[in-house]
Amino acid sequence: MRSLYAPFDEKTVRSLKLGEIVNITGAVVTGRDEVHIRALEYLDEGKEVPQCLNEAVLYHCGPIMVQDDKGTWSVVAAGPTTSARMNTLEPRFIREFKIRAIIGKGGMSKEVAEAMKEVGCVYLAATGGAAVSYAEGLSRVTGYDWLDLGMPEALWHFQTRALGPLVVAIDAEGNSLYEKVREKVAENLKKL
Amino acid sequence: MVVKLPEPTEKVVENILRLANTKLPEDIGWALEAAAGWETNPTAQSQIGAILENVRKAEHMYKPMCQDTGIPIFYVRGKFDSSIAKDIAQAVENCTKAIPMRPNTVDPIIRINNGNNLGPGMPAVHYIPTDDDFTEISVMLKGAGSENMTRLKMLNPSDGIEGVKKFIIDSVIDAGGRPCPPGIVGVGIGGTADECVAMAKRALMEPLDMEDPDPEIQALEEELFVKINSSGLGPMGLGGDTTVLGVKIRKAFCHTASLPVAVNIGCWATRRAVARITDNDVIYSQGVRL
Ligand code: SF4
Repeated sequence: MRSLYAPFDEKTVRSLKLGEIVNITGAVVTGRDEVHIRALEYLDEGKEVPQCLNEAVLYHCGPIMVQDDKGTWSVVAAGPTTSARMNTLEPRFIREFKIRAIIGKGGMSKEVAEAMKEVGCVYLAATGGAAVSYAEGLSRVTGYDWLDLGMPEALWHFQTRALGPLVVAIDAEGNSLYEKVREKVAENLKKL
Repeated sequence: MVVKLPEPTEKVVENILRLANTKLPEDIGWALEAAAGWETNPTAQSQIGAILENVRKAEHMYKPMCQDTGIPIFYVRGKFDSSIAKDIAQAVENCTKAIPMRPNTVDPIIRINNGNNLGPGMPAVHYIPTDDDFTEISVMLKGAGSENMTRLKMLNPSDGIEGVKKFIIDSVIDAGGRPCPPGIVGVGIGGTADECVAMAKRALMEPLDMEDPDPEIQALEEELFVKINSSGLGPMGLGGDTTVLGVKIRKAFCHTASLPVAVNIGCWATRRAVARITDNDVIYSQGVRL
């Protein structure tokens, strides 16, 4: 398993091969439906958007978080959510913030892969439901924005430690492992 | 199987919610171990390895194995009275805080969330009164990833068994990685439209190592299991030999002009737990044929 250190530059992203298995140590933020909607809305309205989104590693995840008596947050469970829900907003999101990697499950549309190719961004597939293991990888909460969106929808900032395993499922050339598997499945089904 | 002294019903329901959330049913664990053994695709191996490691950690740390703690679906069987609904709802509210479970339940139109997994129609409870001398409460935690893939089709009787098989295979393949494969395919064949979907869901409560009493159903389950796995969709839809761990089918008589088929997929985290309450003790397990 290859270890990556975030934030990373375009060159690192473009060196990642389809099917390669990696883990990430460094800065990762969570964001799903509501973060996408608000960030793009704020851009349109000329409002300030949290800095942490620039060249970020974005995790499609709605974590279960708990706060202790002193107000410190920690993560209980944090597996990936279905990325396809963000298909319509993601291309612009990637272009505006120069997102370097998206972690999620199930893959994303051709339009998203196009934006990834253009900007230099990869899609990393996390194992769906492996919430305890990924929570361990999200070892420290370094901050948050937009908690008013609710616990699963907020923009959480993490310092991760070997967050993984993650499979490079769409590379920075726009090649998709999901597409390849789909073609193979169609072929196999014909033989039945 | 754990046997304990009698406890109030609310407490028993809390116990099964915690058991379902933190410990994967043994039969599914065994099936995953077996899959880890036969998979040759390195991506698939990494996915099954990650699932098994996660399951071990969740059990050890007493944490929910998936962040989507789902919608709890209850089946109450045996002898009971209507007060049991209140005990179940209270236990769900308590566990939402205590385990914790993610507050998933919202109004379908205005999307407000009470924060306690309760609301009109929630939690979902199905009642099966029998003459038995026990009260059996079962729960399944159903995440949206798998539940959203549910399909019902009213086939033409002339589509026959081949039409039924095609519909089931297509439903699983079209779902792709979204229901977090490898999981269990619950199928209902026949009945009325509503009963057909209910059968597909109930089928998921049955342990994988329990055989259907009907040899024809057994053979159909086996055939579909082999065919779906030979598709190569694999764990998380990333390719491999393991797309499903099992297929579970229920059938019922239907109208002579109908052929309803329903598919309700359970993800690898098909979390179930059962408590059978008698006058002297409570017996816990993690699967039952309903
Ligand atoms: S489909 Fe199942 S394992 Fe996957 S995220 Fe949903 S509840 Fe968890």
